[in-house]
Amino acid sequence: MSELHTLGVAALAALLQKKELSAVELATRMLARLGGNPHNAFLSVDSEVTLAQAKDADNRLAAGDTSPLLGVPIAHKDIFVTTDFPTTAGSRILEGYRSPFNATVVQRLGEAGMVNLGKLSCDEFAMGSANENVAVPSAHPQAVTNPWDISRIPGGSSGGSAAAVAACLTPAATGTDTGGSIRQPAAFCGITGIKPTYGRASRYGMVAFASSLDQAGPMARSAEDCALLLSAMCGPDLDRDSTSLDVKAEDFSRNLNQPLKGLRVGIPHEFFTDGLASDVRAPIDAALQALQAQGATLVPVALPRTSLSIPVYYIIAPAEASSNLSRFDGVKFGHRAKDFTDLADMYEKSRTEGFGEEVKRRIMIGSYVLSHGYYDAYYLQAQKIRRMIANDFQEAFQLCDVIAGPVAPTVAWKLGDKSADPLANYLADIFTLPASLAGLPGMSMPVGFGEGGMPVGMQLIGNYLQEAKLLNVAHQFQLATDHHLKTPGGAS
Amino acid sequence: MSLTNTDIQRLAQLSRLSFDPPTSQRLLEGLNDFFVIVEQMREVDTSGVVPMAHPIDAMPNFAAYVPNASEGMALRLREDVASEPNQREANQRSAPAVERGLFLVPKVIE
Amino acid sequence: MSAPLVQGYEVVIGFETHTQLSTQSKIFSRASTAFGAEPNTQACAVDLALPGTLPVMNKGAVERAIELGLALGSHIAERSIFARKNYFYPDLPKGYQISQFEIPVVQGGEVSFFLGDEKKTVRLVRAHLEEDAGKSLHEDFIGQSGIDLNRAGTPLLEIVTEPDMRSSAEAVAYAKELHKIVTWIGICDGNMQEGSFRCDANVSVRKPGAPLGTRREIKNLNSFKFMQQAIDFEVRWQIEQIEDGHAIQQATVLFNPDTGETRAMRTKEDAADYRYFPDPDLPPLVIWRDWVERVRSEMAELPRVMADRFITQYGLPEYDATQLTQSKAVAAYFEATTKACGQAKLASNWIMGEVSRRLNSGEVSFDALPVSAEQLAALISRISDNTISNNAAKQVFDALWNKEGEVDAIIDAKGLKQINDSSALEAIIDEVLAAHPKNVEEFKAGNAKALNGLVGPIMKASKGKANPAQVNELLLKKLG
Repeated sequence: MSELHTLGVAALAALLQKKELSAVELATRMLARLGGNPHNAFLSVDSEVTLAQAKDADNRLAAGDTSPLLGVPIAHKDIFVTTDFPTTAGSRILEGYRSPFNATVVQRLGEAGMVNLGKLSCDEFAMGSANENVAVPSAHPQAVTNPWDISRIPGGSSGGSAAAVAACLTPAATGTDTGGSIRQPAAFCGITGIKPTYGRASRYGMVAFASSLDQAGPMARSAEDCALLLSAMCGPDLDRDSTSLDVKAEDFSRNLNQPLKGLRVGIPHEFFTDGLASDVRAPIDAALQALQAQGATLVPVALPRTSLSIPVYYIIAPAEASSNLSRFDGVKFGHRAKDFTDLADMYEKSRTEGFGEEVKRRIMIGSYVLSHGYYDAYYLQAQKIRRMIANDFQEAFQLCDVIAGPVAPTVAWKLGDKSADPLANYLADIFTLPASLAGLPGMSMPVGFGEGGMPVGMQLIGNYLQEAKLLNVAHQFQLATDHHLKTPGGAS
Repeated sequence: MSLTNTDIQRLAQLSRLSFDPPTSQRLLEGLNDFFVIVEQMREVDTSGVVPMAHPIDAMPNFAAYVPNASEGMALRLREDVASEPNQREANQRSAPAVERGLFLVPKVIE
Repeated sequence: MSAPLVQGYEVVIGFETHTQLSTQSKIFSRASTAFGAEPNTQACAVDLALPGTLPVMNKGAVERAIELGLALGSHIAERSIFARKNYFYPDLPKGYQISQFEIPVVQGGEVSFFLGDEKKTVRLVRAHLEEDAGKSLHEDFIGQSGIDLNRAGTPLLEIVTEPDMRSSAEAVAYAKELHKIVTWIGICDGNMQEGSFRCDANVSVRKPGAPLGTRREIKNLNSFKFMQQAIDFEVRWQIEQIEDGHAIQQATVLFNPDTGETRAMRTKEDAADYRYFPDPDLPPLVIWRDWVERVRSEMAELPRVMADRFITQYGLPEYDATQLTQSKAVAAYFEATTKACGQAKLASNWIMGEVSRRLNSGEVSFDALPVSAEQLAALISRISDNTISNNAAKQVFDALWNKEGEVDAIIDAKGLKQINDSSALEAIIDEVLAAHPKNVEEFKAGNAKALNGLVGPIMKASKGKANPAQVNELLLKKLG
């Protein structure tokens, strides 16, 4: 059992079902591993809560419950509100906040019998690509480190989730993806993650960043695991989320074993320009060849407005965020400044003290592009180009079944390298933003290693509601390769 | 379209944020760099294109996925039933200042 | 438009009325909208804007918007959009209000009413759905305010008119008619003291023929009396300013009922940039035609339509028809009475007379009226069949009101039967004529008024039971 922590969700579930291991034993083992908070991945833990959940799971197992995730540990990005743990969204403005309700996604995974190990670090309000923007604990906030090289970033904004899974602190984690925040850290940490079609997973209980872009998704060490998790996470939440798709919950594992013969993989040439580092390109090219060997054909497609996705996203997301974050005013919850002269001063001080620099920057951008006189030229224009980008994908999908390409132009960079240059961070999002804007499902799977031995991920993008197909392609690839089985040295 | 210090002040006021002069300057420069990229977006010809406020709006054959919809996504309506119980205590657990059930703030002058 | 000028200036008024809809739950959450609960006991997580909460639309609010649109002859948009209006205020938990901006649910329409004898029509620009804010309480706190968010999220329909009104009287008449309509169709309880019906008046003045003046907005008028006072003061104030050479600055003002004055608010809301944009949490509101038709078929007859019907069906004058359609209950009472006795004008007179008098004095509310429509009809029948005189009928009505029994029983008990028998009457008349020769002489000499001096004694001699019409007829016959 010494490699227990390296086992995936499906494997652990099987052990638990066979009673070779109890949920309490497993939880205890995992809690011991994450004591000392390797990589600064966790923001809060509570062994009492975790073990109580594990005990419940054991009771269910004893009663013969065969739910596929029963007793398996998970950890939640601190964007999801929980009643049992505080929720900070990585921000000082919510330090110590206790939600009276659980996020729907958390609730569903809990009902499936998963055992919550705690809340995972993230960029503040999910704004960031490196998890360097985490501002809590306020006394001593710590950037999350990449388990493959602790001098590098894990990616963001679900950096804590990716690091925890990669370092085998948990077999699975939830993340959220607004502009790439599941796919990119998954790629940088050598794990598998998927952002479903917009509207598949309920946003109720996700601290809102950009409402028309935010989506919850699983992060784990295989497509098979992600499929199990995604099935439990997704499904209509019609009573609480008006943007939740009224589409029947699916078993995303159902097509995993379909052979790839006849699969048409679209290759957008805009994703393979000089901007793509050669050490990232090489493993991706190899992966594409592997897919061909499995029966897929590569088809050139065009996504001509790829580079426009950067300004379009960085207009729309901050606009929505600037409004979503207005509720943080020190009145009903959250940080309130200690000293202030009057109401206006209270607002200003509480928000200025409570929000980090990147968050404030995006609020300012958002307020600007929505301002009277600028709305048409910026926000409205961005929403129009957004539709054009979505249409471009539809044209591409006439020619292919899935689109493949890089997740990021480089491997994970060194801590501090881009922290003073927000624009550089934005530009690195170029490959993940288009699918976000269109609302399409996208995933990242490990395909090899690049500079410094750092993991490289390949992105697969599907048409609306095609998650099962994406997971199928990834699973077949993972049956024939072993990149996803590798874990960083010292993961013991 | 370049921003000025006046813009920064106005936006800060609108957003209830304040910045010390060096931060304000840094912000101004950063935003202007950002808006250089944005300018390329402004030049795109989007005549005749309907803005996309909801991603689902772009889903072709939406009705095939969602039986009760017709064209595009429609707002779901719930029955008019008051079913939320009183959870004041739990809801106010993280409130900065509460007295007799009311959230306290500095005096609101009308 | 025949409105009076004030000191040579034309008054231009437009109204924005916020009507709280009579739903059980809030517009975007399932918390109760009941008035008067303990602070924040009806403010759920969504109402408090706790992190992660999202809005879900109340069907009842939409249905009431459709009903209003139908009642006012508006266009009901097949597709309308919710937008966020962004500003900071402690009673606004999200830091934005979910409202409708470019594409509201109800567009156009009009409200017609009478101002004196003149028929007026005020055009609507639009009516849109939005959420109400919470309340700030100041009394018990020193230097602080207490925020109660129970009201936050209550559904509102904001009804906006064109600046068609030309006097404070017209504005109040409009407000009263709108109030009648929204309570009649049941979308709003109309309780102005509880804040169910709040008006903002946009007021400006100009010399006739000049372009529109700068307007100031008087907010939160929740009584008809104050409405008129506030507008009158504001008009005089604006004229005084202009005459003194000052330009009117756009402003939001509050009316102080104690001083009778309007005063600009401290916060300069006019400078606010609300940064409206479509709410990404709410897809477009789609209203199918068949839903509208179903609502239309289920809607009660509207007051103006009913009034017109009373004119044609019952031959009632316009005034009566309008009075009788002040409320559904009164209209129903009238029709039931008329159906039972067939005397529409008499029914109208009695309801507008005796019944209204007692209702207006606050003696009793309409649902506790002691005289049923059937009873009133029976009374009216006894008048029209000459069993009793009008005077006697008043006594019978009093007795009915005091629950002394049914009409015929009361008539018998009090011996109020009219004397209709000609010969009996003639006997009395002859007696009186003999006793009052002077009056007879004067009448025959051409003084018609001398007749009254004879009628009195005749009525007295008959103990009030003589049929007055018959008495008159017989008298004239006898006197030639």
